[in-house]
Amino acid sequence: MRYAMAMDTRKCVGCSDCVVACQTENNVPIGFCRDWIVESVQGVYPETVKMHFKSERCNHCDNTPCVRTCPTGASHIIEGGIVKVTPNECIGCGACIESCPYDARYVHPEGYVDKCTFCDHRIAQGMNTACVDVCPTSCLIFGDLDDPKSPVSLALQENDWYVLAPEAGTKPQLYFLK
Amino acid sequence: MREELYVSGRHLAHIDPHLEIWGAPIAIYLFIGGLAAGLILFANLFYLRGKADEFAMTVKVSTLITPIIIVIGLMLLIYDLHHKLYFWQLFLHFRITSPMSWGAWTLSVIMIPAIFWPLMYLDDIIEYLKERNPKCKITGVLIWANNIAKKIKILQFLLDLARKNQKMMAYISIVLATILGVYTGILLSAFNARPLWNSAILGPLFLTSGISTAAALLMWLTNNPKERKLYSKIDLLLISVELFLIIHMFMGMVAGTQTQYDTAMMFLGGSYTVVFWIGVVALGLVFPAFLEILELNHLKVPTWLPALLVLVGGLIFRFIMVYAGQASSYNLF
Repeated sequence: MRYAMAMDTRKCVGCSDCVVACQTENNVPIGFCRDWIVESVQGVYPETVKMHFKSERCNHCDNTPCVRTCPTGASHIIEGGIVKVTPNECIGCGACIESCPYDARYVHPEGYVDKCTFCDHRIAQGMNTACVDVCPTSCLIFGDLDDPKSPVSLALQENDWYVLAPEAGTKPQLYFLK
Repeated sequence: MREELYVSGRHLAHIDPHLEIWGAPIAIYLFIGGLAAGLILFANLFYLRGKADEFAMTVKVSTLITPIIIVIGLMLLIYDLHHKLYFWQLFLHFRITSPMSWGAWTLSVIMIPAIFWPLMYLDDIIEYLKERNPKCKITGVLIWANNIAKKIKILQFLLDLARKNQKMMAYISIVLATILGVYTGILLSAFNARPLWNSAILGPLFLTSGISTAAALLMWLTNNPKERKLYSKIDLLLISVELFLIIHMFMGMVAGTQTQYDTAMMFLGGSYTVVFWIGVVALGLVFPAFLEILELNHLKVPTWLPALLVLVGGLIFRFIMVYAGQASSYNLF
């Protein structure tokens, strides 16, 4: 089992529904977020101007610097390659935050470090993550990479894709379709 | 013409626009770690070379400072945690891949010899301080502590045991102090996500800088001209090595990937240029080295001046590395 997410940059309109759905589903404190929208514009008007939206979150990397640098083992990997934090073991030292090239973690107001969990409580019941279910353009695709017929496997077979900062060597599992 | 505008919808405290999770406490903690490592290295090395009586400041008196600053360092580390009440989790686990874990354990283990060392020499330290400054208030406190220590039989038994195994203790302390000194750099270089830190040269660079600050402090404190001259020479050598390592660090970055090149440019024209090359390299390394050369050539230079410059330079160096490192990152377009 290897959970992964694909994100279709051609379909995303940057509505931020995924952000709000996550905050609601996971009781994310106000002012914080586990996923976010990035907008980039290339070119100068009136010549060709291209705009891209991306919905980003923890990449649930195969090679996890956050788990490696955690001094207590609070950051750990569960089945399916999902990276999670155990609040009662986390001392809030910030080592994992420093080690993440995607800055996907933040300090929860209660002191421990918090991040995207791929909604493991939902996928355990056979559901999709909250962000995937809420997306109005269906640009988010979730599934198991070990299953060649899963939606995410099919999306990666049928499309060109890229990942963020592959040179960081983290083997990220959040794929962007282009 | 090609232009790219990048807007992130994320505005997290201490993370956007760039990371600021670690600040002054960590910078001071790294400075203290390096200084303590240097002090322990000098005390134990000169003890093993049989200079305990000749270099009394190094082998005996300075060891009083070490446990005090280590405790301050550990307190700063715990103060900087966001989940403070769970700090004990640090000592329930040892994670071999986590430099933070190595550091917390090394600092705690090194506390044991660091406390025993000055206790073994308490009589000599009191005598030394009395001779040098009879009115010193610290001496009174030490005499009081010494009288109490003499009454605790278990402590005396342990101290006798330590005296019998002092050589072994010195060897272990040297290994631990080296780990501690290197750790202050490795803690940062383990973070691949911050290009400025992600350089293997940071370990030796921080170790050298730490030993150099310790040499400066000992040079300042001692009143033995022979000891002072020796530290001037040692510090001169360490400063040269440090300059060499700094140049190599930037050479490696300029010849590296785009990310590393951009990071080097923060120091070669960017916002950290002036504070680094003037504050650290010129005032913290080159100028004190120049003063030490003058001193070794029998010119009158107040000893405290190069020592203070090296110490302040070392502190600024750590502040810059902590802050600039967090400002450097991968390009995520």
